[in-house]
Amino acid sequence: MTTHLPILQVIIPLLAAPFCIFLRIPRLVGIFAILVSAAAFLVSCGLLQQVITAGTISYKLGGWPAPWGIEYRIDILNVYLLLLVSAMSTIVLVAAQTSIKKELPEDRHVFFYTSFLLCLTGLLGILATADAFNVFVFLEISALSTYTMIALGTDRRALTASYQYLIMGTIGATFIIIGVGLMYMMTGTLNMYDLAERLPEVNTSRTVLSAFGFFIVGVCLKLALFPLHLWLPNAYAFAPSIATAFLAATATKVAVYLLIRLVFSIFGIEFVVTVLPMQEIFMVLGLAGIFAASVSAIYQLNIKRLFAYSSVAQIGYMILGLAIGTKLGLVATLVHMFNHALMKAAVFLAIGGAVYRIHSAQLIHFAGLGRKMPLTMAAIVIGGLSLIGVPLTVGFVSKWYLVLALLENGWWPVAILVLMSSLLAVMYVWRTVEWIYFTPPRINIDDVTEAPLSQLIPIWILVLANIYFGLNTSLTVGLSKMAAESLYGIFGGVL
Amino acid sequence: MSDLFAVVMLSGIYSLISASLFLDLDAVDVAFTEASVGAGISTLLMLASLKLVSRYQKKTRYKPILAFFVVVTTGAMLIYGTLDMPHFGTADAPVHTHVAPRYLNESMGEIGVPNVVTSVLASYRGYDTLGETLVIFTAGIGVMALLMVSKQTKQESKKLIPADMQQQIILRIVAKMMIPLILMFALYVQFHGDYGPGGGFQAGVIFAAGIILYTMLFGLSTSQEVFKATTIELFTAAGVLLYGGVGVVCMLLGGNFLDYDFLKHDPVHGQHLGILLVELGVGITVASVMMIIFFKFTWRTVKHKYKK
Amino acid sequence: MNILGLYNYWIVVVLMLIGFYIVIAHENLIKKLVGLSIFQTSVFFFYISMGKITGATAPILDEKYELYSNPLPHVLILTAIVVGIATTALGLALVVRIQEAYGSIEERDIQEQDAHDQLECQLEAYGPSSMEISDEQEQDE
Repeated sequence: MTTHLPILQVIIPLLAAPFCIFLRIPRLVGIFAILVSAAAFLVSCGLLQQVITAGTISYKLGGWPAPWGIEYRIDILNVYLLLLVSAMSTIVLVAAQTSIKKELPEDRHVFFYTSFLLCLTGLLGILATADAFNVFVFLEISALSTYTMIALGTDRRALTASYQYLIMGTIGATFIIIGVGLMYMMTGTLNMYDLAERLPEVNTSRTVLSAFGFFIVGVCLKLALFPLHLWLPNAYAFAPSIATAFLAATATKVAVYLLIRLVFSIFGIEFVVTVLPMQEIFMVLGLAGIFAASVSAIYQLNIKRLFAYSSVAQIGYMILGLAIGTKLGLVATLVHMFNHALMKAAVFLAIGGAVYRIHSAQLIHFAGLGRKMPLTMAAIVIGGLSLIGVPLTVGFVSKWYLVLALLENGWWPVAILVLMSSLLAVMYVWRTVEWIYFTPPRINIDDVTEAPLSQLIPIWILVLANIYFGLNTSLTVGLSKMAAESLYGIFGGVL
Repeated sequence: MSDLFAVVMLSGIYSLISASLFLDLDAVDVAFTEASVGAGISTLLMLASLKLVSRYQKKTRYKPILAFFVVVTTGAMLIYGTLDMPHFGTADAPVHTHVAPRYLNESMGEIGVPNVVTSVLASYRGYDTLGETLVIFTAGIGVMALLMVSKQTKQESKKLIPADMQQQIILRIVAKMMIPLILMFALYVQFHGDYGPGGGFQAGVIFAAGIILYTMLFGLSTSQEVFKATTIELFTAAGVLLYGGVGVVCMLLGGNFLDYDFLKHDPVHGQHLGILLVELGVGITVASVMMIIFFKFTWRTVKHKYKK
Repeated sequence: MNILGLYNYWIVVVLMLIGFYIVIAHENLIKKLVGLSIFQTSVFFFYISMGKITGATAPILDEKYELYSNPLPHVLILTAIVVGIATTALGLALVVRIQEAYGSIEERDIQEQDAHDQLECQLEAYGPSSMEISDEQEQDE
C-alpha cells in the first residue's frame, strides 16, 4: 500500500466528499471530515518520510507512462506543502465543529463540510500532480468549492464577494488554460517535466513567451498579488470564519506553489530571469502590495477585513523572496509560506471564536473583550506580533531570512523598506489591541465568556506552533533548504 | 442591448454555431457536448434564472477605458503569441508529433475502442475525467447549498404549483411522444460512446434534458413524485463514488489507481469494463446534477410566487 | 500563406477579446456570465484549431481513413466545457441570491448599498466626525 501513498493523499478526501451526502447527519459528517483530514495528514507524513529516504516519487495514474497518462510526482517541495495543507485543514476542522453551528443554519452544515473536503481535495490535487492540465481541473474543484463556502457567510455581502471572486477566479483559470494551451502547442506535451525538457528548444519563440505571460497572470490572480487582489478582502471578510481561516492558511500558498513550480520546474529560473524582467516586476509589485495593503489594513473597521488586507501584504513578502532569484530568497519565501499559514490560521480561528460569542466581526464590537475572553484575545495578539515579526515568533524567522537574502544580493534599500513595512504592521496590530484591551465595551458583553474548548484547543495549538517554530526552525528551514536545493539543482547544473 | 432575454438567446445561438464549427474541425465529441451544454442546458439555466431576476438591464454608465486597456493588452499578448505558432492545419506541428501519435496508433491494441477520444478521456487521461466529474458534483453541491428551500415552503406551496405550460395541449402531446425517445437516445449515447461520438457526459445531459422537459410541461410536483430531490442528491454522489470506486478496485487488484488492465484477466477486456463503468459514473452524476440544479431554480420560482 | 496560416487563430483572439470585454466592462451580473462563457468558448476554439490537420478526419479509428486529427485537445476541451457549465450554474445561483438580497443585479446598485452599510458601521464606531477617515479609506481602495 505504501507505493500508493501519492494517490491516496488525494483520493481519500476526494471520495470522502461525496460520501458525506450519504451520511446526512451534520454531527456525523463533521467528525467524519476530521477523520478524513487526519488520514490525509498521516499520508503526507508517510510521503515526507518516503521522499526524504528515497527521493522523488513518481506515480503513474491508470498505469500509463508519463507523457501519455497523468503522472503524480512528489518531491520535497510538494510534500512540504501537502503537509502544511493537510495539517491546517485538520486543525481548522476541529474548530469547525462548534464554530459553524452559530454561523450557518443547520441544514447547510453537510454542504459546508462537503465543500470543505472538496476544497481540500482540489488543493492537494494541485500540489501532487505533474500534469499541467490536471492542475487546471483541480484548481477549478478548489475554486468552485471556495465560492460555495464564501457564499454561505451570513452577511449578504458574502454573496457579492463570492460572485466577484467567481468572475476573477474564472478569468484567472481561463488565462491559465490559455497558457497551458500555448505551451502544449509548442511542445505537444502536458507533463511538467516533459515540458521542462522540451521547452528549451523553443523558448526563444514568441508563443512560449506569451504562454509564460498568461500562466503568470492567471496564477497571480489566484494568489491575489497586488494589484490583482481586489477579490480577496471581501471574500475573507464575509466568509464563515472557518472558511476564512482555512483559505487564508492554504489557498494562496498553493497558488504561490504553482508560481514556484512554473518558474523553477517548468521554465527554469535561467529563462525567467534572462528573458523577461520578472525580477524587477515581482519586486515592484511585491513592495507595492506590502505597502498599499498594510496601509489599507490600518483603516479597516471589520477585523476580518483588516487581517485579510494583511494577508495581501504578506503575499507581497513571499513574492519579494521569489524576486531575489537566489536560493536564499526561495528559502525565505518557502519558510514564510509555512509561517504565514500558522499566523493567519491562529488569528482567524481566534476571531472565529470571538464571533461565536458576540456574532459580529466589527472591530468596535471587540471593545473590552480582552477581559472577557483573555485566552482567545491573547491568541490574536500573539498572531499579530508574529505578523510584525517580533523575535521568538515565526514571523521573525521569515523576516530574518528575507532580509538576509536581500542583503546577500546587495538589495539593501529593499531590505530597509521591508523593515519599515513592519512599522505599518505594528500600526494595524496596535489598533486591534487598542480596541480589544483599552476601549470600554460598546455593546453588552456581560455574559460573554471564553470561546468553547473545542475552539480554544486548536487555536492554542497554532499559537504554540507560532512560538515553537519561531525557536526551532529545523523543520521549516530544513525542508525549505532541501526544496530550494532540489529546485536549483534541476537547472543549476544543466544551464 | 438591454433585453437580457435576447442576450441569452444570442449566446445560445453562438454556442450552436460554435458546435457546428467544432464539427468542421473534426471534433465530433466536442461539438456534441457544446451543442447539448452550451446551447442546451446553459441557455436553459440562464432563462430559468432570468425568471427570477429582472429581464431588462438598467441603463448604466460603463467604465470602458480601463476595461478597454486591459482587453487591448491581453489581445496584444495573444497576437504576439500567435506569430510563432505552427500554421493552422499543418501535420508536422509538435502537437501532432509528440504525444498524440501513440493514442492514434496504439490505442486499438491497448484499449480496443475505435473512438480515440473515448479511450483518451476514460483511460489514458481518466483521472482528468474523474476530476471533471467532481467539478460537476462540486457545482451541484454549491447550487444545492445556495438555493436551499426549507421543507415548510415546499409543503405549503405544493398545491400552488401549476405547470408552466399545462394548457398547451399540442406541446404536451408532442412531448409525451418525444420524451421516451429522448431518454432512449440518452441511453444509446451512453453505451455507444466507444464506437461513435458520445459518452457519459453527453448522455447525462440529454437524459436530464428529457426529464427537465417533462417537468416544464407537467409540473414540478408530478415529476418529483418519480424523481425525489433527496434521491437525486444521493445519485449525484453515487456517480462520483462509482468512478472512484472503480479506481480503488483496480488498486486492490494490484494495479495503479484507475489501471483497468487489472479488472479482468485480459487487459483489453479490463479496459472495456473499466471504461463502461466510469462512463456510467459520469453519466449518473451529470444527469442528476443537471436535474437537481434545474429543480432548485424552479423551486426558487415557486417560492417567490408563493410569497407574493 | 505566411499570413493566412494564422488567420484562424486571429479570429479566435478577436472572439476571446469580445467575451473578455463583456466580462470586465458590463455591470449587469447576468451579462458578465454570458461574457465569461463566450470567453471560454473562444478558448475552446483555440484548442480545437490546433488539433486540426488539413484533410484529416475525426479521430474515430476506421480502416477507410489514415489521417486523423489530434484527439488530445478534444479530450481537454470536453473537460473544459464541463468546468464551464459548472461555473455558469454556480454563478447563476449566486446571481439569484444576490437579486433576493439586494433587489438588483446591477453592480452599481449593489455597490451603493454596500457603501451605505459601510458608512453606518463607521458612524457607529467614531461618530459623525469620522468623515475624514472615510475619505482617505476610499482613496486606498
